[in-house]
Amino acid sequence: MIAIVDYGVGNLFSLRSSLARIGAKAVVTGDAETLCAADKIILPGVGAFADAAEKLRGTGLGDVVVRQARRGRDVLGICLGMQLLFDRSFEYGEHAGLGLLHGDVADLSADIPAALKVPHIGWNALHLTRPEHPLLRHVREGDCVYFVHSFYAKNCAASTIATAEYGVSVTAAVADGNVMGCQFHPEKSGRVGLNILRAFCGLEAAV
Amino acid sequence: MITKRIIPCLDVKDGRVVKGVNFLGLHDVSDPVKLAQYYSDNGADELVFYDITASHEERALFTDILTRVAETIFIPLTVGGGINTLADFDRVLKCGADKVSVNSGAIRDRALIGAAAKRYGDQCVVLSVDAKRVDGRFRVFARGGREDTGLDAIEWIRRGVGDGAGEIVLNSIDTDGVKRGFDLEMLDAVCQAVNVPVVASGGAGGAADFVALFQTLPKVDAGLAASIFHFGEVTIPALKAALAENGIPVRR
Repeated sequence: MIAIVDYGVGNLFSLRSSLARIGAKAVVTGDAETLCAADKIILPGVGAFADAAEKLRGTGLGDVVVRQARRGRDVLGICLGMQLLFDRSFEYGEHAGLGLLHGDVADLSADIPAALKVPHIGWNALHLTRPEHPLLRHVREGDCVYFVHSFYAKNCAASTIATAEYGVSVTAAVADGNVMGCQFHPEKSGRVGLNILRAFCGLEAAV
Repeated sequence: MITKRIIPCLDVKDGRVVKGVNFLGLHDVSDPVKLAQYYSDNGADELVFYDITASHEERALFTDILTRVAETIFIPLTVGGGINTLADFDRVLKCGADKVSVNSGAIRDRALIGAAAKRYGDQCVVLSVDAKRVDGRFRVFARGGREDTGLDAIEWIRRGVGDGAGEIVLNSIDTDGVKRGFDLEMLDAVCQAVNVPVVASGGAGGAADFVALFQTLPKVDAGLAASIFHFGEVTIPALKAALAENGIPVRR
């Protein structure tokens, strides 16, 4: 069973629907026991880092995610959920993340030419820096996925498995052992996105 | 490299997709869920659903359809039509919309964009503008293009972005339905005024119009159209092939 962490941030409709579509057994939960019983955990998130980090702390669910990750359970952070896996973010101040991945989350606009728009919104091509990684086993070099974000993970070369070009090499997917993340939205990235979710869930690809 | 988006627009009334020509004369086209699936399978980068119904019952029918679409296809969905309050934002976001498009609602309630952006984030709020030339200026029209608001379109768009609109859909009433190409002059003025994504709408008659759009105005992020896609005058794969041949980055 896959648990989607519900900690009061963002809309989980599409993520839940996409998992139903690929035939994965998933539950949306804010309950620590259910989370502990899950084989795999998905940490979603949209909005501001500080607000989300505070909610993860306040609900105690952040600690549960960290504990389960350290016990070897697969964890996939999506968008802000991926950023929260890192050590810290510099989104409006400095805020601690869950520390499951090493690196920082920083303002994209500070690192790209002024002519490029922020947020980075739209379909961008993936460059697979570690194409052999199981999360990317159904993905090909150049496949496009859907991004919506203004901050991005950096100083994390060791865990980066895919990037996208947007004035700078944007960290698109990360993995360190059983802890994984996508900056883009697999649940909004059509066939490619569904296949990434299938890979996370241990399912075969479909066209 | 970020790709240019191709967006079919589905106007929904009584549970069916219709398309106005110059906002008049509606034709029944197809089932919204089937059409959405078709477009998603055929390379649409995003879909826009406009609720052009008025009554309460019809609105409930629209949200049912939206829910079914969002359960079926997994590309970004923008919803517009009848968005007047934060409760309307909430209603469509809960049904699986990713972005919400405001038009007349933002004109009636000048605080709506700011409040929505604060609650749901800039990326969620799309300002859709129907504009037309009046006395040599671009003027904002409301209520489906029927009412001259007297607002200057460029000022209105600049203000909307200042309030937190994360994307602009510019529909030129002057070129809408004419199928002789997008309104490049009006779009250029908007692209120069703001630095958020701009979606061109109104006037596409064929693939060449999209090529001209993205070649002339590299700052335009997306092209939106309805009837030419619904009636199969241009298929999205053929359109994207034409764009790629002309060096315009697209998702294939």
